[in-house]
Amino acid sequence: MTQATEVLIPTSAAEAATAFGDGSGVTVIAGGTIVVPEITYGRLKPGKALLLARAGLSGVTRQGTTVTIGAGTPVQELVDLSAPLGPCAANVADLEIRSQGTLGGNVCAGPGPDAPRGDLQGPLLALGAIARSAGADGERTEPLDDFLEDRGNRLLLDVSFEEPAAGAFAAIDYPHTHEYTVLAVSGARAADGTLRFAATGLADHARLLSGDPAAAAGEVRLEDDALASSWYRAKVLPVLVRRVLTELEESA
Amino acid sequence: MNLTVNGVTHEIESWPLTTLLDVLREELEITSPKAGCEQGGCGACTVLVDGTPQRACLTAVAAIDGASITTAEGLGTPDDLSPLQQAFTHHYAAQCGFCTSGMMMAAHAYLDGGGTDDRHAIQEALAGHVCRCTGYVKIIAAVAAAARGDSFDLTTTAPSAGMVNVGGVK
Repeated sequence: MTQATEVLIPTSAAEAATAFGDGSGVTVIAGGTIVVPEITYGRLKPGKALLLARAGLSGVTRQGTTVTIGAGTPVQELVDLSAPLGPCAANVADLEIRSQGTLGGNVCAGPGPDAPRGDLQGPLLALGAIARSAGADGERTEPLDDFLEDRGNRLLLDVSFEEPAAGAFAAIDYPHTHEYTVLAVSGARAADGTLRFAATGLADHARLLSGDPAAAAGEVRLEDDALASSWYRAKVLPVLVRRVLTELEESA
Repeated sequence: MNLTVNGVTHEIESWPLTTLLDVLREELEITSPKAGCEQGGCGACTVLVDGTPQRACLTAVAAIDGASITTAEGLGTPDDLSPLQQAFTHHYAAQCGFCTSGMMMAAHAYLDGGGTDDRHAIQEALAGHVCRCTGYVKIIAAVAAAARGDSFDLTTTAPSAGMVNVGGVK
């Protein structure tokens, strides 16, 4: 039975980082949308559970053109942000799940058992986001791309990025709101003109793309899962890249 | 830990990672939130946590210590139904009733937030709720009627809304 679990409820980011330590044996619970059912169904029996609800990690702040989003910020609070992040957040599940699920949980989630996760990774990669996290070697700030490789061992504190000059988001529509995103492409043009593209709905986590529709399918690892075959994803990926390119061009 | 449910404060004795759904149903015996999929997909357990609709099955009770919870029991009583409950009754918006309390909590929050009778907006607000009887037409009609402030004769049932295509199926 899971009753022996040690439950920690930190009331500040510093307390949360201390409680997380090097992360070994710690189950982090932010919004709970992924982890709580795992506990309910007995698939996960945490030895030590770290509840972030009161850790003060929530909120969107702006300093000049820099946007910083706390890891505990609910996905619903991002839906009015500019593209690609806002439209991507609005595309996640339904209102209640978006109100509970957090940016941190979404970014840090491992791949699901039968579908990709981590919708917000794509737009944040396209925005060139920087991740600030705590873990074994203390606090660390690094490009999100690097953080994603090690996300299972770190406690994400916040992400920050420069407000883009333009952004675009395109995803495969799915008739049922609960399904994870099958495949999505985010694009952003930075203030200095740099273009970045990223795809979500891949094996493991979101990846940067060159932005060349013809090359896109060869740049990432596409998987077969319950939502779509790798063949289908390979056919649709160039279409989504083209849509994002078009939208960026139109905003120029 | 304590929770105020429908205005009454309770000391909670369950294990801290117990879901709010289990606390409500098992410890407090408040049974309108239903245990459907218990993984956030069906919406039947939806309650208001400090006024915001949340899935009780995804909420560890320790994460909301001190919160104020509203369930369908807190909307009205059999003798004094809330306008939304009257709308559901008059429009025959419950068949088996399993999804009804979750639907009503989401609809209540929608109307509280100034929601109108716009069909698309209602669909969006209820998008996380599955009706296994597929009674969506009447549910949406009921929420729209409540949004308009219609008054209801509870001794009769509204005429059928007919076969209106609301699901986006072409």
